[in-house]
Amino acid sequence: MMWMNLARAQSLMPAEGTQIATQVNNLYVFLLVASLIASAIIIGGMIFFVWKYRRKTANDKTPYMSHNTTLEFLWSFIPLVIFLGVFAWGWYIYHNMRAMPKDALEIHIVGKQWAWETQYKSGVKASNLIVAPINTDVKLIMTSTDVIHSFFVPSFRIKQDVVPGRYTALWFRANKLGEYHIFCTEFCGTQHSGMIGTLRVVSQQEYEAWLEEESKVGLLPLAQRGEKIFQVKACASCHSTADAAVKVGPPLFKAFGKTHEMANGEKVAMDENYIRESIMSPNAKVVKGFPQNVMPAFQGQLSETELSALVEYIKGLQ
Amino acid sequence: MANHDSNLNYINEFKGIKSWLFSLDHKRIGILYMISVMFFFLLGGIAALGIRLELFSVGPTLMTADTYNQFMTYHGAIMVFMVIVPGIPAILGNFFLPLHIGAKDVAFPRLNLLSWYMLMLGAAMAIATLFIHRLDTGWTFYTPYSIKTSGSTALMVVAVFIMGMSSVLTGLNFIATVHKLRCEGMTMYRIPLFVWALYSTAILQVLATPVLAITLLLLAMERILGVGIFDPALGGDPVLFQHFFWFYSHPAVYIMILPAMGVVSELITTFSRKTIFGYTAIAYSSLGIAAVSFFVWGHHMYVSGQSETAGIVFSFLTMLVGVPTAIKMFNWVSTLYRGSISFQSPMLFALGFLFLFMIGGVTGIMLATLAIDVHFHDTYFVVAHFHYVMVGGTLMALMGGFYYWIPKMFGKMYNEGLARLTFVLIFIGFNVTFFPQFILGAMGMPRRYFDYIPAYESLNRISTVGSWLIGAGFLISLYVIIDCLVRGKKAPENPWGSKTLEWTVASPPPHHNFHHDPVVSAGPYEYR
Amino acid sequence: MSTVNSHEHHYAHHFKNADHEFVTSKQGIWLFMVTEILMFGGLFVAFFIYHAMYPEMFAEGAKQLDWRMGFTNTLVLIFSSFTMALGIHYIQKGDARKATWNLSATILCGAIFMVIKYFEYTHKFHLGFFPGKYLDVARVGAEHANLGLYFGFYYCMTGLHGIHVLTGMSLIVWVLFRHLRGDFNPHYYTPVEGVGIFWHIVDLVWIFLFPLLYLVG
Repeated sequence: MMWMNLARAQSLMPAEGTQIATQVNNLYVFLLVASLIASAIIIGGMIFFVWKYRRKTANDKTPYMSHNTTLEFLWSFIPLVIFLGVFAWGWYIYHNMRAMPKDALEIHIVGKQWAWETQYKSGVKASNLIVAPINTDVKLIMTSTDVIHSFFVPSFRIKQDVVPGRYTALWFRANKLGEYHIFCTEFCGTQHSGMIGTLRVVSQQEYEAWLEEESKVGLLPLAQRGEKIFQVKACASCHSTADAAVKVGPPLFKAFGKTHEMANGEKVAMDENYIRESIMSPNAKVVKGFPQNVMPAFQGQLSETELSALVEYIKGLQ
Repeated sequence: MANHDSNLNYINEFKGIKSWLFSLDHKRIGILYMISVMFFFLLGGIAALGIRLELFSVGPTLMTADTYNQFMTYHGAIMVFMVIVPGIPAILGNFFLPLHIGAKDVAFPRLNLLSWYMLMLGAAMAIATLFIHRLDTGWTFYTPYSIKTSGSTALMVVAVFIMGMSSVLTGLNFIATVHKLRCEGMTMYRIPLFVWALYSTAILQVLATPVLAITLLLLAMERILGVGIFDPALGGDPVLFQHFFWFYSHPAVYIMILPAMGVVSELITTFSRKTIFGYTAIAYSSLGIAAVSFFVWGHHMYVSGQSETAGIVFSFLTMLVGVPTAIKMFNWVSTLYRGSISFQSPMLFALGFLFLFMIGGVTGIMLATLAIDVHFHDTYFVVAHFHYVMVGGTLMALMGGFYYWIPKMFGKMYNEGLARLTFVLIFIGFNVTFFPQFILGAMGMPRRYFDYIPAYESLNRISTVGSWLIGAGFLISLYVIIDCLVRGKKAPENPWGSKTLEWTVASPPPHHNFHHDPVVSAGPYEYR
Repeated sequence: MSTVNSHEHHYAHHFKNADHEFVTSKQGIWLFMVTEILMFGGLFVAFFIYHAMYPEMFAEGAKQLDWRMGFTNTLVLIFSSFTMALGIHYIQKGDARKATWNLSATILCGAIFMVIKYFEYTHKFHLGFFPGKYLDVARVGAEHANLGLYFGFYYCMTGLHGIHVLTGMSLIVWVLFRHLRGDFNPHYYTPVEGVGIFWHIVDLVWIFLFPLLYLVG
């Protein structure tokens, strides 16, 4: 089945991370090849006829052919059989996707505008991050606090709407280590396209170590806890902390306590309240030279302790 | 009796703007639709170009996320409710349905004019939302987002409700016309296939649109009175909205594509100068598609949380729709066999339709397959698929139909060279724009995305460049039409050698269509 | 061309004769009725789904409605259907006076229906039974927190039906006006027939609404 492997390499789907993803790919590759053959027959036939029977004289005569029952039966029946075969194959894999394994590791997911919140049974929480052990059945129990979201991991070929007021579920069994994207595929408002999370597949030992470390977060000093939150929320992708390099947003290194000029010319001293306001509603006062409406608002997504931790961390960047 | 002055036609017999705005003549109403739909298409097209420009590179390119979401919403809503749904039936259907069956008008001319005014009223309300609170729900208005957003959902859905009424009235008018106004000898098996397609479409319009109407009314009530039917916070079920919405909107997909299939049947037989192969099969497959389309709405909801059994049933029924569609493809290609094929611009669009619809069709089968759809659902693969069907299918057929019938509608010939150029630009531009989107979808890029991860950038760039080619193609098409109206040479009665009834009257047709009631004694495609 | 006399209706130019116009118009009206039934059908389906989800809450809601008022309205509408049919019958017979009386009686019945509806609505408002989120559960002392959903259905269904009754009444007024002007005769009465069909369908919808909202609960 060399052509199958060749076709799979060309299918341009993301790397397969589960057994089910491999099954989906096989079916997809079959469909691609079948589609190519069907197109070659129909479009090839069209191009051949169009060229061969192009108009030669102004008064060409054409034969009167109204129908051909045998032919018409064949080209209705053969596609039907193929379609039903594809249907059954798709059903088989879909059934595997939907049959929830028993004794799976259960993780609760809450979709909210615009982040994925993860909660483990031990009480460990994470935002836009799922850490899961390899070769283990994992079941996600999902709900939403506001509008409908849809949880999608392209590498696992799984997707499920996350609906407010009820639970929906998904399961996977990762067979490859690595980091995979989590997208939201149901339009959920302004930052729909920013609702991206990471699914990290690690070994069983690493998973346990991670859980252990995360459960200690509550006991860390405030500033260190702030540093963790700063990482989890991916603040560092826009704000530099180790030097004054300018990224998408203003650098935070040695910024606390200084006076900054805002877009409207106003001069504002960076104190605890300014940090708080800039996290909760970032567009209230934007530093001169930086774009509006880029940073998402974290109103309602951070607890008071988490906010204080962030403030302490930013204060300490001297 | 009226005098038979051969210089009098439906355009010059009455004069003044009022004679157009209050005309009951189906031909003039068709022209009114043509002008308004072209305007809406321009609006929707600008939104489309804006979307593509924003997606040209990673990060905010020229607008904010909110503005992008509004562009995406208005592009969808305008193109679906104001361009493609009324497109072929209301423009070409209005103009040619009575001529095709040898009638002097549609059954209810006043209702026909009323439905144009309703479309205008609905469109005006929809455009008014732009100036009140711009909407950002997407054209699907999914609850509960549409309940919570600050956009003026209520006004927009009432606007769509009114446009839906317009569509219902057109549909019932066409059904009554086909049933009751066929001329002597015009049996149901002698009506052109375009009429069969319009008839199937009309049945869908009449049976499916009322369900959309009630859904939208309930959504408007949700916004105004907070009745709670779709709001989970009040005990309602947001997913029920999706069931109701797709119960209309899936048949609506066929409201959009069936008339296009009808146009293509006409074009292929005319420009092959050969009778259509399998007339009965094509006619019945239109009805078959219409019938099955009521029972497949759940294939939009495989991952919505509906039961596995529901998914299986809907997937199975969706596969069945593939069969009549395949039948049509085979019949069209067989019609070409041993024909005398000319490459006039309408035929180029018809062949382009076959090519693009083939791709739209096979990707449709992929999306109908349960396990595959779970991956592709709400990704760019879906976006590419429905553009291949709606644009590559319906719009190509609409353009082909325009070029085919312009000589009859206005009595003038257009510039054939430029018309072919528009085909080349639109066809190539279309594939450059939308083919990369299949790959983006397979890679996992979700739809309605203002921004994306860097891995998707190069394909998005190609797609954006393609959209400029399409834009150029349509601008030149507009020039071709204006140039034809201003400078076009006089068109003969039957420039293509077609066999259907509209080509037996003068170009443009007289006010009453036929000076003598026609009598028909054979089928519509007697090329012998 | 047909000869024109004062009794004969001018049929539109695209029809073969007056009868052709009549059957075509009637088909159009029936097709429109199909869309009406489907539209209410959607509402009924939604009602059944939620009724199955929250049977007890719906029972509590139904208890708040006064079935006597609903029943009176049902009788009024059934009677109005009867007078409407008689109105058409007398126009067909050419008895203009009796037709006028019957059409007027139909309008009157519609008005009575709307007045009773008005009293029902104001009474509900007075007690605080508003739809959806406006229903204050504590104020009305509801047992079920989502009782507003029932009243959401109640107001949507009866409201939409009420709009249809008002539309029907206006149409009958229009038909009556044309009748008094002498437009109709035993050979031409298409608008009366059409409005009659519409009125019967509106009544029919109520005949389903009444037991569902007031009795089944």
